Amino acid sequence: MSNQRSWLLMSTSALGFLFLYLPIFSLVIYSFNESKLVTVWGGWSLKWYGELFRNEQIVNAAMLSFKVAMISATLAVILGTMAGFALQRLGRFKGKMMFSGWISAPLVMPDVITGLSLLLLFVALESLFGWPAGRGTLTIIIAHTTFCMAYVAVIVQSRLAGFDETLEEAAMDLGARPSSLFFLVTLPLIMPAVLSGWLLSFTMSLDDLVIASFVSGPGNSTLPMVIFSKVRLGVTPEVNALATLMILVVAIGVFVAMWQMRKRPEPQ
Amino acid sequence: MTIAEVSTKPSPATDSSHNPLTSPQPSLWRDPDAKPFVVFENVTKNFGDFTAVDNISLNIYRRELFCLLGGSGSGKSTLLRMLAGFEQPTSGRILIDGVDMAGIKPWNRPVNMMFQSYALFPHLTVEKNIAFGLKREGIADSDIKKRVADMLDMVQLGHLGKRKPHQLSGGQRQRVALARALVKKPKLLLLDEPLGALDKKLREETQFELMNIQEETGVTFVVVTHDQEEAMTLATRIGVMNTGNIVQVGEPHDIYEYPNSAFVARFIGSVNLIEGHIIEDEVDRVRVKSKHMDAPLYINHGISCAPGQQVNVAIRPEKILLSHELPEQTDNRCEGVIVDIAYMGSMSIFRIHLDSGMEVRVTQPNVARDMGARFTWNDRVHLYWDVDSAVVLTA
Repeated sequence: MSNQRSWLLMSTSALGFLFLYLPIFSLVIYSFNESKLVTVWGGWSLKWYGELFRNEQIVNAAMLSFKVAMISATLAVILGTMAGFALQRLGRFKGKMMFSGWISAPLVMPDVITGLSLLLLFVALESLFGWPAGRGTLTIIIAHTTFCMAYVAVIVQSRLAGFDETLEEAAMDLGARPSSLFFLVTLPLIMPAVLSGWLLSFTMSLDDLVIASFVSGPGNSTLPMVIFSKVRLGVTPEVNALATLMILVVAIGVFVAMWQMRKRPEPQ
Repeated sequence: MTIAEVSTKPSPATDSSHNPLTSPQPSLWRDPDAKPFVVFENVTKNFGDFTAVDNISLNIYRRELFCLLGGSGSGKSTLLRMLAGFEQPTSGRILIDGVDMAGIKPWNRPVNMMFQSYALFPHLTVEKNIAFGLKREGIADSDIKKRVADMLDMVQLGHLGKRKPHQLSGGQRQRVALARALVKKPKLLLLDEPLGALDKKLREETQFELMNIQEETGVTFVVVTHDQEEAMTLATRIGVMNTGNIVQVGEPHDIYEYPNSAFVARFIGSVNLIEGHIIEDEVDRVRVKSKHMDAPLYINHGISCAPGQQVNVAIRPEKILLSHELPEQTDNRCEGVIVDIAYMGSMSIFRIHLDSGMEVRVTQPNVARDMGARFTWNDRVHLYWDVDSAVVLTA
């Protein structure tokens, strides 16, 4: 009975994992394909990786995406932490409900709506004030910061909710002024939340296709936009190679994060 | 003459029973000319409609270990937080060493606090926790290192300096918290339930350690606690608090033996309160008639009250004696039936029903092995006590 059950369990989970990972696996394998046709195996080769790095469009898009993700994740963390603080620490202030609603609205708003409304905003601002002039890197950064900030605010707020405020009193009692208090005690203790907020923002910015499509201008295509436009004309081995590299980067990132977590156990 | 006056009079009993461990220093509070170190002047603190501290005036002297004792919501923690500077009095003044503390921020006060939760910084090692306060003063690194090491030695944690707080036991954390608060050499150390989070055995050890450290450093301690036993053993003086007021201030012995109200008598230790009215009131004695007693109650101290006034006579369980035979004395006695006995080893607790229906608690030390056999359930016994055992309470 139990043998039968474990057999069933094993086979269903094997099927499940196969369904999820086989496409990824085959993508990785085919990135080493010599043949120009993605569906035909032509022997092992690193040819497409070379092609990938010679493709200026892809390299530029990757650089742009990376830059946008770094800047907007950092800005989102700064603004989001401030918002999380306001929500958790200022007590009941006038318009708190509205503020809290507005902060978390981007979490539930469909990307299409966010992208479209930001585009309308940028167009309106340009015609009224002449800023931002045209759409490009700046508008993508503003857009990404806007929706990533919401996630950071929620993460930081929940971390602050479990924060023992006597720690801050103790620091003041020991001579720390409120200005230095934040950097000496509060920030180090909410650092895990701030870091995961940053990583989440970075990933979401790197990943975003819809909003970036709305707010970017000509010549400012992010990596997802370039991949999407290439794939529309059929999957190329280059894209396979690119995807393999991305998987590699993500896997390394996850392993480093796990290793760090294990090395430094969270104080209870 | 009121009870309060009686209690402040330095009786020979007070002096001889004084524990040398608890008060090795000259008792400044008994000297009318002594200059108080911490002064509360008509301090009131309101939170909205709620009055947490109600017009309190209190003096605390240098090198004292003063305990604020009270239940939850009595205002004791608010008083402590006002000393630390986390709360500002709604009205009144607080002076520390002659300086008015109004408007002085917590980080500028010559005061440090040991928090009930210890509030150790979880991201810093033990050493860095202790060094935190010194670093804020901008002291040279080499001096900081030395002072931290000395402090760790004093609390016997020299070997654990590199650990993080979550790697320590409860008792060790408590000592780190104490070291961190003391390392800045504050004029005044505030302790919020310092032993509250420790188990019973550790508490007793730590209690003595705390007293020794206080003596060694000479710092004035103000301790907040809800535990009367802790207050009794630690304190040079106790301030008993209730609903934002200090109901009585005195040495542990005075508070226990001469409570000034039924509240204090009940709060500190257990007590039997016998209702009655005054039938005779002289300078050196009072007689009280109670429906619970066969004979009138006779107490050898005077009180100032109206004749016929309703009072409570407080008698501690350990001061009542039991006997099968009718005692010779004609005052302070009654009869009852033993309804319950709790054998505690060193002593036994008896619950005795008087004929009036009142229940009296009596404790008897088990000075002999067969004490348990002397009195048993349903025995009819006589209860009696000395003329100086009971206290008359008008409040």
